[in-house]
Amino acid sequence: MLQIVNLKVEIEGKEILKGISLNVKKGEIHAIMGPNGSGKSTLASVLAGKDFGDITEGKITYMGKNLLEMAAEDRSKEGIFLGFQYPTEIPGVSMVNFMKTALNEHRKYRGLEPLSSSDFLKLMREKKDLVKIESGLTNRSVNEGFSGGEKKRNEIFQMAILEPKLAILDETDSGLDIDALRIVANGVNQLKTPENATIVITHYQRLLDYIIPDVVHVLYDGKIVKTGGKELAVELEKKGYDWIKKDVDIVSYG
Amino acid sequence: MDNREATIKRFSDLLRDNRNRIEKNSAGLLNSFREEAIKQFAELGLPDRKNESYKYTNLEPWFNANYKSYFVPEAADFRAAENFKCEVTDLDSYNLVLLNGFPPRYNGIMAGLPEGIWVGSLTEAAERYPGIVEKHYGKYAHNGKDGLIPLNTALASDGVFVYMEKGITLHKPIQIINLVHSDGDMFVQHRNLIIVEDNAELPIIVCDHALSPQKFLTNAVTEVYVGENAHFDILRVQNEHNNAAKLTHTFIHQEKSSHAVSNNITLHGGLVRNSTYHRLNGEGAECNAFGLYFTDRWQHVDNFVSIDHASPNCISNQLFKGVLDDYATGAFNGRILVNKGAQKTLAYQKNNTILLTDDAKMDSKPQLEIYADDVKCSHGATIGQLDEDALFYLRSRGIDKNEARLMLMFGFAREVIDNIHTEALRERIDELVLKRLRGELSRCTTCTINCDK
Ligand SMILES: Nc1ncnc2c1ncn2[C@@H]1O[C@H](COP(=O)(O)OP(=O)(O)OP(=O)(O)O)[C@@H](O)[C@H]1O
Ligand SMILES: [Mg+2]
Repeated sequence: MLQIVNLKVEIEGKEILKGISLNVKKGEIHAIMGPNGSGKSTLASVLAGKDFGDITEGKITYMGKNLLEMAAEDRSKEGIFLGFQYPTEIPGVSMVNFMKTALNEHRKYRGLEPLSSSDFLKLMREKKDLVKIESGLTNRSVNEGFSGGEKKRNEIFQMAILEPKLAILDETDSGLDIDALRIVANGVNQLKTPENATIVITHYQRLLDYIIPDVVHVLYDGKIVKTGGKELAVELEKKGYDWIKKDVDIVSYG
Repeated sequence: MDNREATIKRFSDLLRDNRNRIEKNSAGLLNSFREEAIKQFAELGLPDRKNESYKYTNLEPWFNANYKSYFVPEAADFRAAENFKCEVTDLDSYNLVLLNGFPPRYNGIMAGLPEGIWVGSLTEAAERYPGIVEKHYGKYAHNGKDGLIPLNTALASDGVFVYMEKGITLHKPIQIINLVHSDGDMFVQHRNLIIVEDNAELPIIVCDHALSPQKFLTNAVTEVYVGENAHFDILRVQNEHNNAAKLTHTFIHQEKSSHAVSNNITLHGGLVRNSTYHRLNGEGAECNAFGLYFTDRWQHVDNFVSIDHASPNCISNQLFKGVLDDYATGAFNGRILVNKGAQKTLAYQKNNTILLTDDAKMDSKPQLEIYADDVKCSHGATIGQLDEDALFYLRSRGIDKNEARLMLMFGFAREVIDNIHTEALRERIDELVLKRLRGELSRCTTCTINCDK
């Protein structure tokens, strides 16, 4: 589904991603872990199509297409969804209008008629139940004044409406209380089909108790320095990143 | 002779040469102000860029053009104004059309208006109700350093007069439609007076638009008296073409515990200058001065606001927002004057502008003069671009770039639009603003009415 080959990204002259290769197949859940500043969000943004920095090398293929040539909105319509680490507040733009516009753009892309207002509201209600988002939140402006946890739930809510093929969840678990974490995980699991895939970026093993990853990667200093099964996450939780950093630093300086 | 003197001479001559015609078509009261006004104009001249409050707006090219006609009334003007047919679309309002500044003269009898309300020609009113008009005419429009005010006093022969008796409330707005339509370039002036007596309530909508492509210059002065505990709401929607200049001066005088809202929504226009004055004359008065402006190409919009806190315990709030595209320029100048005795004043001011290009330019200037000590004042101005992160957020959900930009601009404007409390009107303004942002605004969609032609 997604192949990243030797991806290098520079921001303001500084190399942030230093040759990342990653292969995600349909039906898989990948977890990406790694210390702060290692480049996880940068990778996620590049996948979603944010134009920042320079892609100096590498290739990304998504469902047989050259992803780097696609505009952000087309990637979304092709099924990529980024759950933002820091969702943006957009005053004056209502959640309802935002999601309705987005969904109808997706439908248009697939040659479907736009959803009527009443059908859309019905769908919203359904999905709100799924992620247990407060009813009031969807009557407000996008993320405006939402608490940290509410913002994260709102990301999952949007994901539930857009039903992506490849969801990239950037620390959707941070800032969530235990109940919310379960709800978010539950939302992700319910949306899971053999046809779609998920990349979860997280710092905590905790989330991976609920969303069981097939593969765990460790991103450090712009590179994937370790890949393993779900037991790798357990090991990281116990030992932290130092042992990996040491290994890598020895390799790079040695 | 330099430009300044030449302009003064031109307009003084204009009055002298046409005085008979102007005065014959106007009322004795209005005529009695002309001599003094033209003298004051000769002293002040046109406000130029050395004038602090006109620093960013150059009026000269508009005044030194040759207009084919100048505000001298022809009998036909009044007939045309009477006969101009407009059809109300979805907005329920009482409509009054001013054609080239002239109201229809039908003795203030407007079909369907409840009793206690008079709407019509100021000149007619001055003759029929001299006591009322004399008490208020010329009392609130002060010249300051602005020569455009005496110019209007000297030369305008008519305009709208609205009178609300004590305690009368009107929930359906009165809509004043200012049309300019001519086969030659034209300079238009009119003079309005609105009186809202104690405990009365009056919502007004003013629509400015140009029906023919000629060059137009309009200089309009409106005086408003808002009595004790009265409510007054004026929403102005401006949609003129790039070859039109609109200069409006609105003086709102507020008595004790009164509320007034002014809102200037500029959708289109070559040059627009709105000066809005609120004088909080009685204790406990409140005012909101709002504005929203959209400009592109070489357009220029300048909003000048002056809030005069003359009494204690008054509240004022200014909120102006705008989006500038292409080479457009804009200015905002918000003055808050808190007089010595005006303790416990609350005064707020906010101006936010989005520039869509590197060539667009905005000047924003707060002007606070505070002579009382127990006062709460705040002001803030931002000039920036569309939020890139927000743009990406919308796009990442499948909304294309143009639509996402539009949503952000519209979202930005919401804060002003949300202050329009009548739902039907708010929805209508929503629609107009969206159309404006999509570049689909035509001349005839401007008003809340659709015209015959
Ligand atoms: N726009 C930018 N300009 C300059 N540097 C940037 C920019 N965006 C990211 N960086 C830098 O790139 C590096 C990687 O950042 P990134 O946000 O991808 O890290 P992360 O792995 O997601 O960290 P965290 O766990 O804290 O979320 C950091 O050093 C960051 O400062
Ligand atoms: Mg991050």
